[in-house]
Amino acid sequence: MTPLTACLLLSAILFAIGLTGALVRRNSILVLIGIELMLNAANLNFIAFWRYGPHPEALTGMMFAVFSIAVAAAEAAVGLALIISLYRHLKSANIDEVTSMSG
Amino acid sequence: MLFTIFAIVTVAGATAVICLRNLVHSVLALIVTFAGLAVVYLLLGAQFVGFAQVLVYIGAVAILIVFAILLTRNTGADVRVSIDDSWVWSGVVVAGVFAVLAWAIYHSSVSHSATLAQPATTTQQIGNALMQQYALPLEVIGLLLTAALIGAVTIALREQKEAR
Repeated sequence: MTPLTACLLLSAILFAIGLTGALVRRNSILVLIGIELMLNAANLNFIAFWRYGPHPEALTGMMFAVFSIAVAAAEAAVGLALIISLYRHLKSANIDEVTSMSG
Repeated sequence: MLFTIFAIVTVAGATAVICLRNLVHSVLALIVTFAGLAVVYLLLGAQFVGFAQVLVYIGAVAILIVFAILLTRNTGADVRVSIDDSWVWSGVVVAGVFAVLAWAIYHSSVSHSATLAQPATTTQQIGNALMQQYALPLEVIGLLLTAALIGAVTIALREQKEAR
């Protein structure tokens, strides 16, 4: 197994774990944590391809990872604000109880 | 070898995040996962991203999640987790996604290419690239962060005003 394969496999495992967390857990904060894990898995892919790709001196993967971290931070801030707002409305953080838009 | 150890730490932390019942414990496991990933970045030679990971994820995102748990007075400990149909479907979806990813990784020509020497990248190079080649994306990210900050404050404050 080459180092790139190992990195990509670690990333795939992290993505699968994050997806499990986002799908299975009913607590909205844990769903957000699952999404963060998936974003981290994508970041690991960028770094792995930057390190083992043909042109590391161009810094493309590195820059993509840096910008992706910034976007993930913005996403976490807005997501947690939404969860707090939702909690004030429903007095619950369980996403199964958010049903006002279901038909 | 080091990579294997920290990969196991990262995966174990991530598994603990979604398996632990108490949300505070989950966040502590999440910090272990983020730290493990930061070490993996350092091992791959990406010092800047490794330290940005520690600063942004452990320093900001994990603390933000702890504050959200505090504000929603919710540790998740009282929620009874029951196994139902949605677990089966989630399991099928996750297994499918992982199978496709693993198949693609093993059959891609990229994973069998020769390993190059570690590129020598200094933080100075990254700073130069950010200020020259990537100056416009940097400004856009600044705008996005400002908009997200204002949006987060507005969303979280509105209810309080109406309640008064």
